[in-house]
Amino acid sequence: MSATSVNVAAEATESQPLSRGRVGMWCLIIAESAIFLIFVVAYIFYMGKSLDGPTPAQILTVPVITTICLLSSSFTMHWATGALREGKQLLFRVFWFITLALGATFLIGTLREWHRFIYKENFTISTNLFGTTFYSLVGLHASHVAIGLIALSTVMVLALFGKVKQEHHERCEVLAMYWHFVDAIWVVVFTIVYGLGR
Amino acid sequence: MATDSITLPSPRAESRSVVLDWLCTVDHKKIGIMYIVYALIFLVIMGCEAILMRIQLARPELHFMTAAAFNRLFTMHGTTGIFFVAMPILIGFGNYLVPLMIGARDMAFPRLNAFSFWMTAFGGIFLYASFFAGGSLLQGGGAPAVGWFAYAPLTSPAFSPGHGTDFWILSLLVAGVGSIGAAVNFVATILCMRCPGMTLGKMPLLAWMNLVTAGMILVAISPLTAAQLMLMADRFLGSHFFDPAAGGQPVLWMHFFWIFGHPEVYILVIPAFAFISEILPVFSRKAIFGYPAMVAATTGIGFVSLGVWAHHMFAVGMPSYGNAFFVLTTMVVAVPTGIKIFNWLATLWGGKIRFATPMLFCLAFLFQFLIGGLTGIMLATAPFDWQLTNSYFVVAHFHYIIVGGILFGIFGAFYYWFPKMTGRMLSEKLGKWHFWIMVIGFHLTFDFMHVPGLLGMPRRIYTYQAGRGWGVWNMITSIGVIFQVAAILIFVYNMVHSYFKGAVAGNDPWDAWTLEWATTSPPPDYNFSTVPTVRSRRPLWDIKHPEDPDWKYE
Amino acid sequence: MRKFRLRGWVRRAWRAGLLVLCSATVSFAAANTAPLSPTNIFAPDSTPAQSIFRISAFVLEITGAIFVVVFSLLAYAVIKFRERKDDDGFEPPQVYGSNQMELAWTVLPVLIVVVLFLSTAQVIHRVQDAREPADAVQVTAVGHQFWWAYEYPQYKFSTANELHVPVSTAQADQPTFLKLLSADVDHSFWVPRLAGKTDLIPNHPNTTWIDPHQPGIYLGQCAQFCGTAHANMLLRVYVQTPSDFQRWVHQQEQPAVNDPSVAIGRTLFIAKACFACHTVRGTIAAGKVGPDLTHLMSRDTIASGMLPNTPENLRKWIQNPPAVKEGALMPKVDMTDEQLTQITAYLETLK
Repeated sequence: MSATSVNVAAEATESQPLSRGRVGMWCLIIAESAIFLIFVVAYIFYMGKSLDGPTPAQILTVPVITTICLLSSSFTMHWATGALREGKQLLFRVFWFITLALGATFLIGTLREWHRFIYKENFTISTNLFGTTFYSLVGLHASHVAIGLIALSTVMVLALFGKVKQEHHERCEVLAMYWHFVDAIWVVVFTIVYGLGR
Repeated sequence: MATDSITLPSPRAESRSVVLDWLCTVDHKKIGIMYIVYALIFLVIMGCEAILMRIQLARPELHFMTAAAFNRLFTMHGTTGIFFVAMPILIGFGNYLVPLMIGARDMAFPRLNAFSFWMTAFGGIFLYASFFAGGSLLQGGGAPAVGWFAYAPLTSPAFSPGHGTDFWILSLLVAGVGSIGAAVNFVATILCMRCPGMTLGKMPLLAWMNLVTAGMILVAISPLTAAQLMLMADRFLGSHFFDPAAGGQPVLWMHFFWIFGHPEVYILVIPAFAFISEILPVFSRKAIFGYPAMVAATTGIGFVSLGVWAHHMFAVGMPSYGNAFFVLTTMVVAVPTGIKIFNWLATLWGGKIRFATPMLFCLAFLFQFLIGGLTGIMLATAPFDWQLTNSYFVVAHFHYIIVGGILFGIFGAFYYWFPKMTGRMLSEKLGKWHFWIMVIGFHLTFDFMHVPGLLGMPRRIYTYQAGRGWGVWNMITSIGVIFQVAAILIFVYNMVHSYFKGAVAGNDPWDAWTLEWATTSPPPDYNFSTVPTVRSRRPLWDIKHPEDPDWKYE
Repeated sequence: MRKFRLRGWVRRAWRAGLLVLCSATVSFAAANTAPLSPTNIFAPDSTPAQSIFRISAFVLEITGAIFVVVFSLLAYAVIKFRERKDDDGFEPPQVYGSNQMELAWTVLPVLIVVVLFLSTAQVIHRVQDAREPADAVQVTAVGHQFWWAYEYPQYKFSTANELHVPVSTAQADQPTFLKLLSADVDHSFWVPRLAGKTDLIPNHPNTTWIDPHQPGIYLGQCAQFCGTAHANMLLRVYVQTPSDFQRWVHQQEQPAVNDPSVAIGRTLFIAKACFACHTVRGTIAAGKVGPDLTHLMSRDTIASGMLPNTPENLRKWIQNPPAVKEGALMPKVDMTDEQLTQITAYLETLK
């Protein structure tokens, strides 16, 4: 039985060198990158062009901890999918959960930051051009993290019910591609908003 | 299957199940046909809008409709034409044909395919819902009146109160998601689902061109989506992306829009190139000339077109070197486009040309696209463009491409693939009437439309003063519309009539060479009973000419 | 098959006619007259428009030549290689391509593009980067929904809709440089016989220049969709001899005529809040939202070039502006017939 399944798998890889899921996700990533590119261009274009305050230097603090959380979640995600590929269910679930927790920490960090801006600093999307570009760019990224977290949670729940098996590693890896993309975008957003722009 | 024991369903239940079957389908052929039918309905709607506008403009100082109504009509006409006629009809043909031509049983993601169609469909319905969003229907209701490129700050709540602009934004956002979904599907299908033996270099040109189009949709529609999100934030959340009062730059919208807007032109025209590249060889009885050059030229157009957007903005006041840069990139597009025209010419050369209706439309495409391309070079010359941009010359130019090029290509595609889709031939006699009346109407309307532009008539004006010398030309332009309407009526009649009473087509009525003609007409749900294996770009040629197969030469 | 040949001829004759038409337009322009239209782009009468015209003619020649060559090749191929009645039923020889030919029809267009680009770049530079001479007349044109304001910073007055500039001759070069601003949405300044379009965009100041060679009236209009009344945002340029221009400037610099016989109308102008939008220099009316009315009667037209400036039209306009010009932002103000007459009488003294 195992011999036939190996044969089938070998045939499949031979006639289909590319996985549909991966190609599809790459396409989505390209399209999403273009969306982010436009928002990044708007951010850079309007840097220092606000007619009145507050300026980024006055209110932004660098979110070191949440950034570390998000970036390290890429590693745990990588280990999680690696574990699933090798059939190590427990390891997969643990790492998947850690990824989920790290992502959630990041999102909570963003929410706290926004809460402070809106309620303490009285700084909103309509305050000035900085507010406009800051909330839209960071918000666009945060919404992607949120969508990622929903997807991750779904897999987590399925995993707890034992529905995620070794043969699903391909699908989890496709989801992982999205998660890595969201992380990579954060590197860009972070550099521009909290580095260059400040 | 124990078919004997099944009770026959009542006719009503059966018809209900047919409707349900179409609404819930994930079959690429049915989705393709739904895209096409949907686009045809919107083609009729946008045509009616054009008729109303041409009546208003036929003579100077007419009062057939109000300025408000006219402004809404041209906004809806343009938006509908681009997003709910041209895009869906081309995606529809692609959807139907690509899997068949690459020997696949369906698209890579059938459910995503259905999702994309319904997103596009809802986008169009949503856009038209704006007519009922307040205001008198005679004045166009609450439809948007900002032009299809919706320059800021005219779109701000101060200058466009009401919800017309909101409908416009949301409708394009939704349709944009549909287009991106379709593009993801096309790329995945073409890269992952080809039948054994079909390397990228053996793919039909139609598949290649749809691949390039899909790639362009991914990188070009997304900026539009981003810009729409910004505009929506400006209107709903009070942000200031395009708000001059807070230091925002309306010019930024222009850049974002045209970063989408120019590649969009190629997103529309490349699928039409694809039809020509499939039909021309069959009716010339020759292989396409210079296949690798055609692929290279298409890809080249795809890349270069991403760097030409600001040629829509020569009058915006960019620095002279900026203008010069975009003159250069725009003119460079002429090179790959020229390569295509010459390759098509060389395909005709030495062939045995059969003047069937699909071929007539393709030949007209060649002549008309040539003219549209040459007026494009005039517009690419920035100083000439300072006079021509936003004038009726530009309107004539892009209708030459969209109607004379793309729509003629689509008509050709209809006559060519209708037999495959329905199993019946379209009437050749009616087809030829359709063709010649369309040619007359097209040239009356759009040849003469260039002239008022040269005489200083701006676009988007609902009326003009007598004594400008524009009246005669506008009258001829409007008269041409009558012929076009007659031609479309013949076409619609031909389709309906032939669907029921047309000659039975058989598998391969045109003696063609690509895989879709290897299966039955219409094809079964699974397309091919056995997945074909190919050795060349023209697998059916190889079967028909075993003594002289293509794979010996490729 | 003979039928097809005939039809091919019809189509070719059609296109030949078009070509004749184009060249006829060009030759009209070459005679430097405007018989077809007062806004003919091929009848330039100012240096920028003439530079544009020359490069346009060059591009028309090149594209015309390409058209003739490619069209003839296509037509020849379609006629020559049609399937004949006495066809032998065999497929024609299959030719898959030729690298030499691909190379040829790549290189040739590249050469044409290079030539076109270089000559275009030259004209862009000449028109766009022209230096403003110290003695140029300066005008700041501000686009409004749906009219034009012209400020003359050198002379400290402003007017509306009808732009006056001095003529520029070979002996006495006198260009006018316009700074283009917008008060609300995007507009475009286009007087085809004087220069190409330049947009007026909020937060994006632009410049353009003209040096008309003949005295006279040049027409144009807004060329960027700007809202409901876009079609009636018309433009008139009055080109005057230097002495006429100086006389006009001198007259415009004066404050408004204070005619005691229309005192009631003048009071109504304030009472009905007209002053909130309009300026009449010499009175307390200093609004900037609508056109400056200090010398309203020196203008030939009202409603941004839409109507001749006659007492009847003026009255009709004040009575209900949006009814005369759909979309006009000037509101209908409640007035009795008598008040209307009095205000009109007052405005008619603003010479």
